[in-house]
Amino acid sequence: MVEALESLWADLAADFYTCFIEKNRWKYLTSGLSNTLLITFFALLIGVVIGIVIAIVRSTYVKNYKEMKPGLGKKCLAVANWFCGVYLTVIRGTPVVVQLMIIYYCIFVSSNNGILIGAVSFGINSGAYVAEIFRSGIMSIDNGQFEAGRSLGFNYVQTLRYIVLPQAFKNVLPTLANEFIVLLKETSVAGYVAVRDLTKGGDIIRGATYQTFMPLLAVAAIYLALVMFFTRLVNILERRLRAGER
Amino acid sequence: MNDKILIHVEGLQKEFAGGEVKALQNIDADIHSGEVVVVIGPSGSGKSTFLRCLNLLEVPTAGSIYFNDVDITDKSVDINLHRRKMGMVFQHFNLFPHMTILGNMTLAPIKLLGKSKTEAEAKAMELLKRVGLADRANAYPSQLSGGQKQRIAIVRALCMEPEVMLFDEPTSALDPEMVGEVLEVMKELAHEGMTMVVVTHEMGFAREVGDRVIFMADGMIVEEGTPEEIFSTPKQQRTKEFLAKVL
Repeated sequence: MVEALESLWADLAADFYTCFIEKNRWKYLTSGLSNTLLITFFALLIGVVIGIVIAIVRSTYVKNYKEMKPGLGKKCLAVANWFCGVYLTVIRGTPVVVQLMIIYYCIFVSSNNGILIGAVSFGINSGAYVAEIFRSGIMSIDNGQFEAGRSLGFNYVQTLRYIVLPQAFKNVLPTLANEFIVLLKETSVAGYVAVRDLTKGGDIIRGATYQTFMPLLAVAAIYLALVMFFTRLVNILERRLRAGER
Repeated sequence: MNDKILIHVEGLQKEFAGGEVKALQNIDADIHSGEVVVVIGPSGSGKSTFLRCLNLLEVPTAGSIYFNDVDITDKSVDINLHRRKMGMVFQHFNLFPHMTILGNMTLAPIKLLGKSKTEAEAKAMELLKRVGLADRANAYPSQLSGGQKQRIAIVRALCMEPEVMLFDEPTSALDPEMVGEVLEVMKELAHEGMTMVVVTHEMGFAREVGDRVIFMADGMIVEEGTPEEIFSTPKQQRTKEFLAKVL
């Protein structure tokens, strides 16, 4: 019994050595992790910018279009709203891997910058989901807040910026954090277009060592640790934001 | 009160749902500078719609509204500039929940009038003292009672130094014991000579503070006159019926 345990332990230690220590293979994981974080971070930035713009266009259209004075502004809003609708339909209606491959093979043909391509692809994808999150956030704010802002003399955009968006942001923060976590995990398909992210790093080790269990377990553990860390961070932020309102 | 006409309303009409609902039909009215006009009437009479048209929160279907002799329904007019001069108080207060009381009061003066933070806060503190809420300057709206919220909403509007204050049923959402403190602030404001248009169900306030009472029903002005005329010797049958119910 003791011997069996000892030999199991020795096997595990040997596997661990092969997978991570030998030829410094652990570096595949660390560089992969840094690429995953970089892609996720920039994708989130792009996604939030796209998301806010689309959410503003779409909620403005719903709230204001009928009341607007006829003219160039009204036409622009209608066109912008139409484009946003098409974008949302296409992005949410196709798999992210396909979008990634289209961007890699068809659009960024001359670029080999995997991080850039990953960030742009996942950013464009995430933007569609973030847009809907922000839109529901804006629509959830009582119309009285808009009216109070407008009655003080703020124009529509100022009212959004100073009064509505800060409240909407607070309301959607948990959903937005969830989107970030989904995004973090979703970037694991970046390996499809030869980006060396965390998952790809584990896969390279698997290929080189013929070991399946250790590298994949390590990759899973790192994702899990990241997700738990960010969840905690968001909880703290959320509590801070709400502190004053009670 | 003097003879200067601050707001002149001409042929005002407002339709909802593509003309199915006629909320206002051909309203003509004048609001003089320094005058307190109280608008009363049954629910659905269009009195709130009338008030909300005055600062174009509702865009009229037809008619003109002159504020300081400028037709603010004209499409080339920047309504935001005129709204700065028209304070509004809502039934549901509409304070900004993510800001402190001081933040609520200084946001517009700082961003729109270009006042410095110190200047805006000094003015806000002075107003807070007048309504007895200086100690709540750093509280958040959710920490206040309804009556306190409405008093803050009034002084928030006053921070913009408006020429007229519009009150849309300011005491209707309050617990009965808090109505008095809000009316008291409004009364003081009236005595200081502020031009006020008040939509309310508080007949006591209308009688005591109003210079003129407008009775509306079915989207029309049925009768207007001094509180004495309206409450003691109403001429129209519709007015008599309404007063018999509420007094």
